[in-house]
Amino acid sequence: MSAIHVAHGTRASRIGLPLFLVLLAVLAAAPWWTDRQGMRLLGEIYAYAALASLWNLLAGYAGLVTVGQQAFVGLGAYALFSLSLLLGLNPLWGIPAAGLVAALAAVPVAALTFRLRGAYFAIGTWVVAEVFRLFAAQFTALGGGSGTSLPASVVASIASGRAAREQLLYWLALGLAVLVLLAILLLLRSRHGLALAAIRDNEVAARSCGIEVDRTRLVVFVLASACAAMVGALIFLQKLRISPDAAFSVNDWTALVIFIAVIGGIGRVEGPLIGTAIFFLLRETLSQLGSLYLMVLGAVAIAVMLFAPRGLWGVLADRLGWQVFPLARRLEARPPMLSTSSLREPS
Amino acid sequence: MPEAPLLELRALDAFYGDFQALFGISMAVAPGQVAAVIGANGAGKSTLLKTIAGLIAAPSRDAVVFGGEPIGGLPAHGVVGRGIALVPEGRRLFSSLSVEENLLIGGRTRRPGPWSLEAVYGFFPVLAERRHTPATALSGGQQQMVAIGRALMSNPRLLLCDEISLGLAPVIVRDIYARLPALAAQGTAMVIVEQDVSQALAAADHVFCLREGRVVLEDTARALTREAVAAAYFGV
Amino acid sequence: MEWINAIVQGVLLGGLYGLFAAGLSLIFGVMRLVNIAHGDLIVLAAYLALVVTQALGIGPLPSLLLVVPLMAVIGYGLQRLLLNRALGDDLLPPLLVTFGLSVIIQNGLLEVFSADSRRLQAGAIETAALPLGGGLAIGVLPLLQFGVAVAAIAGLQLLSWRTPLGRAFRATADDPEVARLMGLDNRHVFALAMALSLAVVALAGVFLAVRTNFDPAIGPARLIFGFEAVIIGGLGSLWGTLAGGVLLGVAQSIGAQIDPGWQILAGHLLFLLVLAVRPEGLFPRLRG
Repeated sequence: MSAIHVAHGTRASRIGLPLFLVLLAVLAAAPWWTDRQGMRLLGEIYAYAALASLWNLLAGYAGLVTVGQQAFVGLGAYALFSLSLLLGLNPLWGIPAAGLVAALAAVPVAALTFRLRGAYFAIGTWVVAEVFRLFAAQFTALGGGSGTSLPASVVASIASGRAAREQLLYWLALGLAVLVLLAILLLLRSRHGLALAAIRDNEVAARSCGIEVDRTRLVVFVLASACAAMVGALIFLQKLRISPDAAFSVNDWTALVIFIAVIGGIGRVEGPLIGTAIFFLLRETLSQLGSLYLMVLGAVAIAVMLFAPRGLWGVLADRLGWQVFPLARRLEARPPMLSTSSLREPS
Repeated sequence: MPEAPLLELRALDAFYGDFQALFGISMAVAPGQVAAVIGANGAGKSTLLKTIAGLIAAPSRDAVVFGGEPIGGLPAHGVVGRGIALVPEGRRLFSSLSVEENLLIGGRTRRPGPWSLEAVYGFFPVLAERRHTPATALSGGQQQMVAIGRALMSNPRLLLCDEISLGLAPVIVRDIYARLPALAAQGTAMVIVEQDVSQALAAADHVFCLREGRVVLEDTARALTREAVAAAYFGV
Repeated sequence: MEWINAIVQGVLLGGLYGLFAAGLSLIFGVMRLVNIAHGDLIVLAAYLALVVTQALGIGPLPSLLLVVPLMAVIGYGLQRLLLNRALGDDLLPPLLVTFGLSVIIQNGLLEVFSADSRRLQAGAIETAALPLGGGLAIGVLPLLQFGVAVAAIAGLQLLSWRTPLGRAFRATADDPEVARLMGLDNRHVFALAMALSLAVVALAGVFLAVRTNFDPAIGPARLIFGFEAVIIGGLGSLWGTLAGGVLLGVAQSIGAQIDPGWQILAGHLLFLLVLAVRPEGLFPRLRG
């Protein structure tokens, strides 16, 4: 038996994880302790937590800084609306279908945009999102530039009655956010996660160790795109109405998402979750300021980037060694009973 | 030392972030003197030159005194204006600039003195023929001449040379070193960092040997024996 | 005939895109910074011109005498106070800081000037045209704008390759550490580059404002047009950038001729096509 093993957890994560599960249970029970407004707000929070986590996976772990996440949010929404309006697919099945469509679309998008490096990649993804938006505006079957609504018959096929539908969509939103988080955690725990860490530390060295950098990045990009599309499909299923400008909005689905990730902390799974909490606190208190509110948000993000580039969670975690999700890899000796015999050399 | 030193280091420390690379270095170099700094890889030789040149900030102003003025911690662009020029390791010519442009940018501080384009071309005649060639298209030896010429263009009172023999054929190294005494004769002091110890001993008046960021041996080049250098070099 | 007319209009429009791109390309060349706020700064210049023309009662063209130096000063200050702090080995800080800046400028303009679309009135020159025969005519204003774009790019080219400042830009771009050994203060050199970039942005903004309606939200699209012109033309070549802008303008103009909804899309598709078949751009810098 080997005396040394790889440990992922820390004491903080052994406390943090059960706390997180309790929080999940409380949130799952929300239909019994909050009203429609509350559920709607929570649903929005889940969507932003998921999108910010995905952007963080791309930018903070895979070095793919994108300004075009709205491409896949919008694509997912349009996929759901076309499949249910034009092909009669049940809208609930439209959500995974939207993920599939986006995964397929992500491959050629990656093939093109991966030719651009760094910041140029960022703007390249933005162009792709604009192309999607302009095509959507030409899509007359879904109302062209002014968009369309889901007809009552399709809405009725989701669930019987408004209350039941809203409850179902609430749980779907929570479930999808958890699923996205789980997918990210599993990816980071897998060999791809190790490869990502190596690429982030030193791309050239990673290449020379035989890590297929572009392949690893492609896997992450496709996964993140599919997830973003499912989130987008669900968001617009809740809204029941779609238009190119709303579905492919750079402000809603990328700018705010980036601010959330930056403020919370890029490069850590916990960062975007903390960032989402802060963002909604700010929004609930400052949103009456209108466009001034966005200026404040932009200024806060700039200040965080310059003075605490690891974000709020980064500052806390560095200082206190906190970690909610067991992701770190540390070498640990086995407990003494097992290890002494194998470690001690015969003298 | 009878003459007032041109450069004086007083218990100089240097850091890369949290890592300390130099520990209490003290040395003095007189005008027109050639000092050699030798030592194994990682001993701190390049760090020493970079700290004098201002690329790495010295912890206190008084740790580096040049011509009587404390200059420790000044930024590199302030140091060069006072008359210290560095020929960096690996030459590092500006690749999108021609030979002449590399020299011109070396002279942009406009310090008065004997060096000008014509003077550099007189010193390294081969460069005059290639003045409009992209600098990095030259041979290694010629590139080293551009790097030295670029530093001279600022009319330095102190020239810092980091590994100027690196990667060059021995005949070219001899050619370049043969020109250095002419510079010293003009009153330009030099601190040269060299891996090639015999080359350094031959060129220098004074030798400092570094090990692990500390001066472990200091003497005139003439007085040093091969054994003493080897002992200091390897710490045996 | 209307096709030839479309192509001519596209070429003239392309001059403006070349201007968008030149400022972007200049600062990327000197400090590897991609300024996401570039488009919003163009719009800021347009609003500055609006204020200047209204306050002083002068035309848009004379307003350049104030707007260009003003934007240059803004550029210098922005770089010294903000952007220099963000530059480093890591790609994220400059990208996200300029992204934040973009949102701040957009919403600041919205706060001050509202979302109404505006336009600068240039007077009689707006409708003046040179007849070319056969029903073809070239507007004096678009022609002037194209001429200014060509002159600005020629000026930048001359400055880069023939002046001490250009030498300092290139040296700092090649090796910022050694440039410091030459007595160049990187922070100052970068700030001068940004000042120059925003001077070009000011030209672009004023001509944009005379040519079309503008509102606080149109910045990002201008960034994208400039970026596309840079990539189509090939990184690092100013004349290539102008050529990229012209091709983009022609593509948009032809697209609009087919269907008004296809104008912008046609430009994007040209960009993606170039990325697919010639990712180094059509006219990459040959000089080694």
